[in-house]
Amino acid sequence: MQELITRAKELLANGTVARVLGWKIGDMPYNPEPAFFETVESLDKFVYNGFCGANLSKYMIEASKLEGKTLVCLKPCDSYSFNQLLTEHRVDRDKAYIIGVGCKGKLDIERIKKTGIKGVIAIGGAEMTDACDTLAIDTIYGEKSCSYNDGMLERCHVCKGKEHKIYDELIGESRDTCDKERFAEVERIEAMSPAEKFEFFKAELSKCIRCNACRNVCPACSCRKCVFDSTKFDSAQKANVDSFEEKMFHIIRAFHVAGRCTDCGECSRVCPQGIPLHLFNRKFIKDINEIYGEYVAGAEAGSRAPLVSFTTEDAEPSIVNERGSK
Amino acid sequence: MSVNNEFKPKIVAFCCNWCSYAGADLAGSSRLSYPADVKIIRVPCSCRVNPMFILRAFEKGADGVIICGCHPGDCHYSTGNYYARRRMTMLFSMLDYIGVEKGRTRVEWVSAAEGVKFSETMNDFVAKIRDLGENVRLGDLRCKN
Amino acid sequence: MQRIGVFVCHCGSNIAATVDVKKVVEVIAAEPGVVHAEDYQYMCSEAGQEKIAIAVKEKKLTGIVVCSCSPRMHEATFRKAAERAGINPYMVEIANIREHVSWIHKDITEATEKAVILARAAVAKVNLNTPLTPGESRVTKRALVIGGGIAGIQTALDIADAGYEVDIVEKTPSIGGRMSQIDKTFPTLDCSACILTPKMVEAAAHEKITIYTYSEVEKVSGFVGDFTVDIRKKARYVDADKCTGCGACQEKCPSKKTPSEFNRALNTRTAIYTPFAQAIPNVPVIDTEACIKFKTGKCGLCQKICAAGAVDYTQKDEIVTEKYGAIVVATGFDTISLDKYDEYAYNQSPDVITSLELERVMNAAGPTHGHLERLSDGKAPKEIVFIQCVGSRCSDDRGKPYCSKICCMYTAKHAMLIRDKYPDVNVTVFYIDVRTPGKNFDEFYRRAVEQYGVNYVKGQVGKVIPQPNGKLLVQGSDLLDNKQILKEADMVVLATAIEPNKDVRKIATMLTASIDTNNFLTEAHAKLRPVESPTAGIFLSGVVQGPKDIPETVSQAGAAAVKVVGLLAKDKLLTNPCTAKADELLCNGCSSCANVCPYGAISYEDTLVNDHGIRETRRIAIVNSALCQGCGACTVACPSGAMDLQGFSNRQILSEVDAICR
Repeated sequence: MQELITRAKELLANGTVARVLGWKIGDMPYNPEPAFFETVESLDKFVYNGFCGANLSKYMIEASKLEGKTLVCLKPCDSYSFNQLLTEHRVDRDKAYIIGVGCKGKLDIERIKKTGIKGVIAIGGAEMTDACDTLAIDTIYGEKSCSYNDGMLERCHVCKGKEHKIYDELIGESRDTCDKERFAEVERIEAMSPAEKFEFFKAELSKCIRCNACRNVCPACSCRKCVFDSTKFDSAQKANVDSFEEKMFHIIRAFHVAGRCTDCGECSRVCPQGIPLHLFNRKFIKDINEIYGEYVAGAEAGSRAPLVSFTTEDAEPSIVNERGSK
Repeated sequence: MSVNNEFKPKIVAFCCNWCSYAGADLAGSSRLSYPADVKIIRVPCSCRVNPMFILRAFEKGADGVIICGCHPGDCHYSTGNYYARRRMTMLFSMLDYIGVEKGRTRVEWVSAAEGVKFSETMNDFVAKIRDLGENVRLGDLRCKN
Repeated sequence: MQRIGVFVCHCGSNIAATVDVKKVVEVIAAEPGVVHAEDYQYMCSEAGQEKIAIAVKEKKLTGIVVCSCSPRMHEATFRKAAERAGINPYMVEIANIREHVSWIHKDITEATEKAVILARAAVAKVNLNTPLTPGESRVTKRALVIGGGIAGIQTALDIADAGYEVDIVEKTPSIGGRMSQIDKTFPTLDCSACILTPKMVEAAAHEKITIYTYSEVEKVSGFVGDFTVDIRKKARYVDADKCTGCGACQEKCPSKKTPSEFNRALNTRTAIYTPFAQAIPNVPVIDTEACIKFKTGKCGLCQKICAAGAVDYTQKDEIVTEKYGAIVVATGFDTISLDKYDEYAYNQSPDVITSLELERVMNAAGPTHGHLERLSDGKAPKEIVFIQCVGSRCSDDRGKPYCSKICCMYTAKHAMLIRDKYPDVNVTVFYIDVRTPGKNFDEFYRRAVEQYGVNYVKGQVGKVIPQPNGKLLVQGSDLLDNKQILKEADMVVLATAIEPNKDVRKIATMLTASIDTNNFLTEAHAKLRPVESPTAGIFLSGVVQGPKDIPETVSQAGAAAVKVVGLLAKDKLLTNPCTAKADELLCNGCSSCANVCPYGAISYEDTLVNDHGIRETRRIAIVNSALCQGCGACTVACPSGAMDLQGFSNRQILSEVDAICR
């Protein structure tokens, strides 16, 4: 982290960049927040550790409109999002100075809490320099510990790889933390009967409070104004529209980002209700891979997303009836 | 008044103006009947059908939605139905994934000359929807009042 | 809120017999926005349109819903009526309660309910309609005719005579088409070449006509009034400007074994060849697959012999790009393959031939120089059997479901000509029905039977069996006498079904013209617009639209020409105003819409926008409304809903969905 801060100060001081986009210390040890730093001094608040899961690429949309370059810290998986935004002309490559920061998997406080740890005061072992595989957690109930792996975000267990897809320079080592089958959960649902599937999603989606956190954090949900906030799909019967939006929000959102979603997992990370929203996006990714061939959104800037493309030999929609469950 | 208590499904058919709507017209002028449960909405091309329209139909109580377009390769706009084909494949797969029965959605390519196919397709689709019964799921997914 | 008038048409009894129109009026009158509702016998009549005008005036209508036949039938009629009454024509919507209701449903209650729902959907849509104004586009005053047979030639001549430039693109080395292969024509028994050749010459000499032979249409873009077409001029390897057409090269060419396309492979031709003596242009082409020079590098005889120095082995294909206002498809027909008809022994015996092959046999320039003889041994036949409907009116997938229309007449012609020239030859015709509608057609057929003694047998042939003695045993049935027939024939002639040229599907795709399951191009209206494709600016001439004989083809060719001339006579065309439009405040500039646009109509401009006080320069999608054809692909690709289609907006379609699912 120190190397990163030193380099950021240097680039800020010599005028290469006008600001730094990174994370600052939060009010709890496990919730650092995305932040812009405009002065060398302010960088004292800069933090980069295992809890810096937030994907900063989306902030570059606004940063691209500002004077001068912005130094942005991107983890390997964030770089896919940045590329996708670049493909969609939403960010300006010339306005970004990308430091690819090392990542050994990001932590999820909810997962740590699920191991039975409560009343967290401080967490040791989350620093990126720490080679230790165990988190030492100081709680109001005393010292506890949890393996780093057990505390990792779901998305890190299906890590896309330790390679940065776009950067100006790299600082820190990365680790491929994939130790689970990425589509296992999707397959489990696919194998259910229609009634079971419906019950599963009904149970999950009924928790939704429409706080829009998933939408706000999603780098693919980068519309200036979301269709759910505009009148474009409104109809004369305004009273009913809200319920339509509510019921279909997650399905439509998933459709809108289909072929563009990099599976960064931010939606699930930020959901205050713990809804596994990535299961929608990952279903589309699995379908695209199986029906139209492997496609990794954001692996390459400028690539054509599968839903704005076609081949004359594409499968017919009836393929859906021929695969999966009855 | 027909004293008939059998299930009357609500079925929305999106038909492209150039092929399928004309095919439906031909079915009409050829007096090839199909159930009145089917209501057609004319769109310029199958690629005009936004998944929002389909979800909205289901949410409002439709029991089945069918999209008809020109045969692949014969699109009036050259490539529109190719996009529709991908979009609908993805959407239908998602609907299946969340537990909406597969038979409630369908894409069929019907040319302007295929009045017979249009009528047969609609008869078959309606029969399948009648077997599936009323669609309750999409309207109820968020189970909030 | 609009002030909507709803007009429910009885269409005589077409609608009113199945839909309770009074009830529709009563229910719809209560819909939000509806201030007027009435029914009338025929809304499309002058009196019906007058009713609209009166209601517009008296009730100050802003929108109109007509519950009637298909919008594909009378939408234009009612839009014009609205315009005359002072309302924007795009404030009209049609509820199709005839084709989609009264004609397919029997139960009045059910049909009336459905009619009401469709009317409601139309009212809901009109509530959200906005006045639209068509743009203008220019008309390139030049037409393209694809196919140089009699259909294409006649269309081109008629267009050219009206004073417009026409290009004919013909795939083979000469214009002339199928008609040039035919010996005599029914019902007058004119010599086909004698009436065709002058037309070919006239077309070639016409100052307004340019003929591209040995050429194919490769790419078509644009739209009515403004098509851009790439034409591939295949290398002839003979310089047309230098060639004198002396024919010396063809005499000397040592490669003589290629089956002659013109003579239906009944004899052979040389590698450098003109398909037939009266070919236009009279410039040979080199078939590189047969040419020894091209295959081995040795030979070069034709180049040596050519006094004009016209042979050029280095010639390359050339792409010509031209602009056209209208395109006529006149690609004609071929006979179907008989590979699936083993029972007629077509592939086993050279004495079983198709009728088109018989045309060549009867023709003085054909393989037998016009002598009627068996192709196996050259002997004069004494017994000839004609079999009708080979592959026509067929219920399985071996043949075609339709009647090829011309076979009954040409078979009568063949039978008559044979009996006339060779009175000692017995002619038997096996038929299912004899169909002779047409001027002087039935008289012609009766002459064959009564005057020329042709033996017509109603019944089908089950099998043709080649015999060791070289004869053909024909097993058939006589349905009128209810008996089996066994006949030993010297020749069997098959009235083979015709089908559209194999290339037509490819061409239809390029033109985005509708095509039916039998590969005939679909007309805009089967009765009222038979020479137009539903795709604006595309016209149909000849068999490409459906089976027809020469007089019908020529009449249709003229009709297509008139339609083309009517289009080219305009200086400007009104464009469809139902085009896509981006809301600049919602556009992300993400390029998804441009990625799916088939017309390249969407570009991006850095635009200064004022988004509720925030002034900034954004990358915004701009739709070129002259290029946009209104498919709507972009509207679905757009995640933010910035891109919408005028006339079929998201809100309009959703309101229809809501009205139907209510």
